[in-house]
Amino acid sequence: MDNHTKLIKWQKGIVHLFPLPALVIYTIFIVYPILAAFSYSLYDWKGLRKGAFIGVDNFIALFTKEPFNHLFWNALWNNVYYFVLEMIVQNGIAFILAYIIYSKIKGFAFFKIAFFIPRLLSVIVVGFLWKLILNPNNGVLNTLLKNVGLESWARPWLGDPDTALTTIILVNSWFGIGFSMLIFLAGLQSVSQEIIEAARIDGATRLRLIINIIIPMMKQSFIIVTVYTFIHAFEAFELVYAMEGSQGEPYYSTDTLAIFFYRIAFGGAGGGDSVAIGLGSALAVVLFFIIASLSAVFLYAVNRKKVQY
Amino acid sequence: MRSGIRVRVGQYMTAYVLAFVSLYPIFLMLSSSLKTNIQILQNPLGLPTHISFEAYGKLLDQLPYLKYMMNSILVSTISVLLILVLGSLASFYIARYAFKWNPALFFYFLLGMMIPIKLGIVPLFLLMKQLDLLNSLWSLMFVYTAIGIPLSILILTGFFKTMPKELEEAARIDGCQDIRVFWHILLPLMRPALGTVMIINLITVWNEFFFPLIFIQDEVKKTIPVGMLTLFGQYSTDWSVLFAGLTLSSLPMLVIFFIASKQFMEGLTAGAVK
Repeated sequence: MDNHTKLIKWQKGIVHLFPLPALVIYTIFIVYPILAAFSYSLYDWKGLRKGAFIGVDNFIALFTKEPFNHLFWNALWNNVYYFVLEMIVQNGIAFILAYIIYSKIKGFAFFKIAFFIPRLLSVIVVGFLWKLILNPNNGVLNTLLKNVGLESWARPWLGDPDTALTTIILVNSWFGIGFSMLIFLAGLQSVSQEIIEAARIDGATRLRLIINIIIPMMKQSFIIVTVYTFIHAFEAFELVYAMEGSQGEPYYSTDTLAIFFYRIAFGGAGGGDSVAIGLGSALAVVLFFIIASLSAVFLYAVNRKKVQY
Repeated sequence: MRSGIRVRVGQYMTAYVLAFVSLYPIFLMLSSSLKTNIQILQNPLGLPTHISFEAYGKLLDQLPYLKYMMNSILVSTISVLLILVLGSLASFYIARYAFKWNPALFFYFLLGMMIPIKLGIVPLFLLMKQLDLLNSLWSLMFVYTAIGIPLSILILTGFFKTMPKELEEAARIDGCQDIRVFWHILLPLMRPALGTVMIINLITVWNEFFFPLIFIQDEVKKTIPVGMLTLFGQYSTDWSVLFAGLTLSSLPMLVIFFIASKQFMEGLTAGAVK
């Protein structure tokens, strides 16, 4: 081989270096930590030191030992409620708004921007901002209620276990409506105009048109929004942390699995040590399976036969 | 069509009421930051009677707020640059060459979009400790780059595939090598896709709170979102300073949004709709 062909060969080989940096960083900082969490959950940890292999003991402790078992089910239930209420409030309103914008009201470009703007803030800013608005003494909301004569409605929204979680979810919906709305809007705009016209000529009312024609044809948007909302609801952390701290106050009424996980892993709630790696990893694995399996089910639903007309 | 008009009026009312609910808290944040603390507490709903920048003065004086700002700018810039460079290199390879492992490689990267990475935080924390990166901004830059890679590869690979092969072949006949084809021919055509990737990642990285909460304890190494924790811990009674801090942390994204609102909205939904 002369020098020239060697050079060409070397230059041809260089292309294999292209994906390498991305591959290395992605593998080290995303793939490895998740795989390691699975392995860590099977060991007994003394602080930061790895001890003996103990099989599923961490999982058994999580589900049977006081107070972990109660806290686990309590947090799981809160996550489910988080998901359901977001689906109804956030995505329900988002769909209505998307439909209104789709019907070309005047100033639709302004409305699109107006509903989207909260999405630009950091979730921690959203949490702190609303904490000030909802402050029982000097907050804007209770002052507003007082000024319009609804003083009896005023309450410590975040201090009452009956209203705290719902309040947080509503704040989350304020933040998330714009994003869901844009996905619904993209779905609505992909529905064929001819079909809508044809249905209208056949005398379909607006409501029937939406329920029987438009919604089935934009099923994919609904599934995308559902998957996003689901993952988001089961990872809920920042907003609760900003508004109610790492204890899910008051009385664990706003505790979520991610907050509980943080408390076990870094907040000294795993007993004794400030870090409880085994138990924390076990909880991470459980949460991983909840999120991965249900997302897979939703995504399977997307790829099944699409509705044809 | 009387019912048609009623529906129309209902639509307008819904849109205006919800637009007010959507915008008022942000307006309140801006206007309260220009009031004095006494004004806020005595009259939370009123507009500022005279504009006061006192709160901003205090914020910059008594907290390392400029430091937080610099850290956030540094972390965002470097992470987004790395995502763009590494993402487009990998996408170019996946989209423009037909090596037999390319589909598998693409799939491997896409898995990252399904992985809830926060659940790997314990091993990640120990890894950063071993690498001696705790309390270093590099811990954040590496993680943010890794998080941004999957979606950017999805978007950029799709875009690379749409570009005509002839373009590349012509360049090759002229004697261009892989790197030059990539750098001089394809990359300049990629601006819209690169813009999308940039915007999605910029907003994610700028606002991200969880990782610095775990990795960074050092006050002067904090980014703005975790700096907010210090602010709310120290100034819980001085609301004008709190509102000023919230405003200042949100302003960069709001300004960029007003310059490029269309790209923002398209960018953020691009990943979801694809």
